[in-house]
Amino acid sequence: MDFGTFLWTTFGAFLTLATFSFLYKDNPFYKIAEHLVVGVSAGYFVIILWHNALVPLLFQRLSDGDWYFLWLNSSKPWYWIPAILGAMMWTRFSRNYAWISRWPIGLYIGIAAGLAVPLEMANRVNKQLYASMDGVINWGNFLGQDFLDVTSGYSQVIIFAGAIAGLFYFFFSKAHTGVFGSVAKFGIWILMIGFGASFGYTVMGRISLFINRIQELGLWGEAAFDASNPNHSGWFPAVFWLIMAGITAYVAVELVRFARQKA
Amino acid sequence: MNIFDKMMSLDRRWVFLFLAVVCVITYIVDFQIPIRVENEVKTIHEFIDTLKPDEIVFIAIDYDPNALAELHPMCYAVMEHCFRKNLKVIITALSQNGPGMAEQAIFDIADSVKMDREYNGVHYKGREIRNGIDYAFLGYKPYFQLVILGMGQNFRLPFPTDYYGTPLDSLPMMQGVQNYDQVSCVIAIEAGNIADAWIAYGQGRFYFPLALGLTGVMGADYYPYLNSGQVFGLMAGLYGAAQYEELADNPGLAKDGMRIQVYAHLVIIFFILIGNVGYFVSWYEKKRQGR
Repeated sequence: MDFGTFLWTTFGAFLTLATFSFLYKDNPFYKIAEHLVVGVSAGYFVIILWHNALVPLLFQRLSDGDWYFLWLNSSKPWYWIPAILGAMMWTRFSRNYAWISRWPIGLYIGIAAGLAVPLEMANRVNKQLYASMDGVINWGNFLGQDFLDVTSGYSQVIIFAGAIAGLFYFFFSKAHTGVFGSVAKFGIWILMIGFGASFGYTVMGRISLFINRIQELGLWGEAAFDASNPNHSGWFPAVFWLIMAGITAYVAVELVRFARQKA
Repeated sequence: MNIFDKMMSLDRRWVFLFLAVVCVITYIVDFQIPIRVENEVKTIHEFIDTLKPDEIVFIAIDYDPNALAELHPMCYAVMEHCFRKNLKVIITALSQNGPGMAEQAIFDIADSVKMDREYNGVHYKGREIRNGIDYAFLGYKPYFQLVILGMGQNFRLPFPTDYYGTPLDSLPMMQGVQNYDQVSCVIAIEAGNIADAWIAYGQGRFYFPLALGLTGVMGADYYPYLNSGQVFGLMAGLYGAAQYEELADNPGLAKDGMRIQVYAHLVIIFFILIGNVGYFVSWYEKKRQGR
């Protein structure tokens, strides 16, 4: 790792710590990190969109690989249609001509709905309905299966019963009393177990983000003192200690402020 | 205010501080914890492991840097496994901030594959991974639903060139590769609703074998697709990545992070218990006093 790379890594470490400082309270370091991530993401996206979408999918096809102003002699003039539709979207900024943008939006939504309805229905409704019921009526699934296996018949019974009971809970046209109420209560238990599983995974996800930051900070610390690095110099630990001194100073200032408030 | 009231009104910053201290200590203290491998991860590993050299695996790296912590280890483990098995890999990044990370993953894996290594008792000789021969990085295109559908007809429709501007027909490994029919499987590593599009618009329309690598938050929501057979395997969160690393005998950041994960979970369970004990005892006290 050369010194330039180390400086960028140090900047990353600084931004990590600046972001975590929000857990204590809002502060200027956090604001810097927050604004930087929003700005960098937007800027990066614009460039990616330009080079990966507009240029290869529109401009190059119109220009046949030539300069952009030669579009008029394009061998694929029909690409003017999406170009014009795209330009019509910009009329959103005008109060008088905003209605023009409804044409491309309407076309886009029409195409999207036409594509989505049959595929979503087939794959996210019908196949799920089929899978919920198929396992229960297939007795072969009960033989020689691990009880906890998601494909076993036992699991399928729980899935089927849970799905029906969950639907009962969301049926509000009848009072939740008697047998109906008991099934609905079982349904809410199933829902809560599902939410609990999601919560467990969510905790794991959030902790994973923190672990990654610790690992990165650890690698940054190792790089600062890695004498086996041929590019290593005294500047590496100097930068490390500079950052550490800055953090210590900030913590000290906050502690003094806290003590004064208490007094 | 008694001890139980204090347990309920503990400043959240103490929780953060305690959690951070525990995580840092478990990071510094190096020890291993056993990783239990689940069937849904094993099927992915077995599928890739049984492919023949030069077969094509499609890896969709559809996440932004905010999901890097969970999904990058997964991506590294799967991609290295593919390259070690001499498989060809087609890579896309359909999330707008993803191409840079996908490129980083490719370069890091290319460096790793250059070295001789032994995984699961099999010696793999180091080799150079070449763009256009061993892998094709197609990059990013907007409107992922249309891109996924378009690739089902021909990869060249949404991607006339690869990420570096080279026409797909000029890439040796893309000769004769038209669409998903020439691909053995799609491993979609996802941090958002692009996963739904791979299921509905990809697998549901073109019937290729699909496996998902997901963030932990998404994990529980996608198990029904495993049950219905729409996906043949599923890796969820850092634990899913650690399982793949365990199977591939290629320990990385995920396996390294699991020991921290365990103790962090214990801390969270501890604070949940504290909060609940405080709540129920306070509730009982109020009830006893007739308030």
